[in-house]
Amino acid sequence: MKFLKFLLLGIVFGIVMAKSEAISWFRIQEMFRFQAFHMYGIIGTAVTLGVIGVALIKKFKIRDFHGNPILFFPKDKSVTRYLIGGTIFGLGWALSGACPGPMVVNIGYGFLSMIVVFFFAIVGTYLYGVFMKKLPH
Amino acid sequence: MKEIITQTWSWWFSGAMIASIMFFLLYFGQSFGFSSNLRTICAAAGLGKKTKFFDFNWKAQLWNIVFLLGSIIGGYIASNYLSTGGPVEISASTIEDLGKMGIAAPTSLQPNELFSWEAVFSLKGFLILAFGGLMVGFGSRYAGGCTSGHAISGLSNLQLPSLIAVIGFFIGGLLMTHLIMPFIL
Repeated sequence: MKFLKFLLLGIVFGIVMAKSEAISWFRIQEMFRFQAFHMYGIIGTAVTLGVIGVALIKKFKIRDFHGNPILFFPKDKSVTRYLIGGTIFGLGWALSGACPGPMVVNIGYGFLSMIVVFFFAIVGTYLYGVFMKKLPH
Repeated sequence: MKEIITQTWSWWFSGAMIASIMFFLLYFGQSFGFSSNLRTICAAAGLGKKTKFFDFNWKAQLWNIVFLLGSIIGGYIASNYLSTGGPVEISASTIEDLGKMGIAAPTSLQPNELFSWEAVFSLKGFLILAFGGLMVGFGSRYAGGCTSGHAISGLSNLQLPSLIAVIGFFIGGLLMTHLIMPFIL
């Protein structure tokens, strides 16, 4: 039962990603060509509400449903890994038109060829795990 | 009423829903980050025996795998019960630009030139999907997060690393879209 809430949240996430068309390769192309506001509106609204909400959580020290404080763990300080990793991610995002979430939403939607993309995303993560010590961070 | 659901959902409603999902996950003691699932899948497959990066208590991440399974179901529901199956209404200028690269105007959510079985079973089509996925998987772990973890969760917390990562997402996306894709499509 403790997993049911995550299943429901995932279902809502899948529906929203599909119905907003954020899972569409065409929408990602439109975004990277700056030819429509749609994707920027989605991300911008989410981040604006997110910034306000996170600030409120910190200000009022809001706790989660277990009663534990909601904590935010800062990422390691660096530029290299975020810039290089982010750029590689962006190359793949524009080419396949999907980041990890939309990949699996697409599979559920019926675009089964996304299984290939998702499988190779797992392979990519594996390759990072194998070579991470040799990469600049 | 039916049209409100079957048409494209507005950016403001969709954005607000994504922020809500992030807050619900925080309230349930977790955080919003989808690409962690890729690492969890590697760990669950037993790859931690040889590679230390995948040797961790992946069972603590099962909630996120359940979230992933839910999102597949969500995609199925959206496709079968909440859509008319019409084309994505992207801007005319995008249709024109894509046309120059041999991608026809949308007839659904995805271009047939890339996602039809015919494309998947051609060498070039397969390599495009495979390399696309490979770079997303490699890059998201290298950068420590994807669109949900960095662009949504990280920026919401005003984290500088996430801003750098998002700038990287755009450097890569713009390079691919404007410089590399015209040569490979």
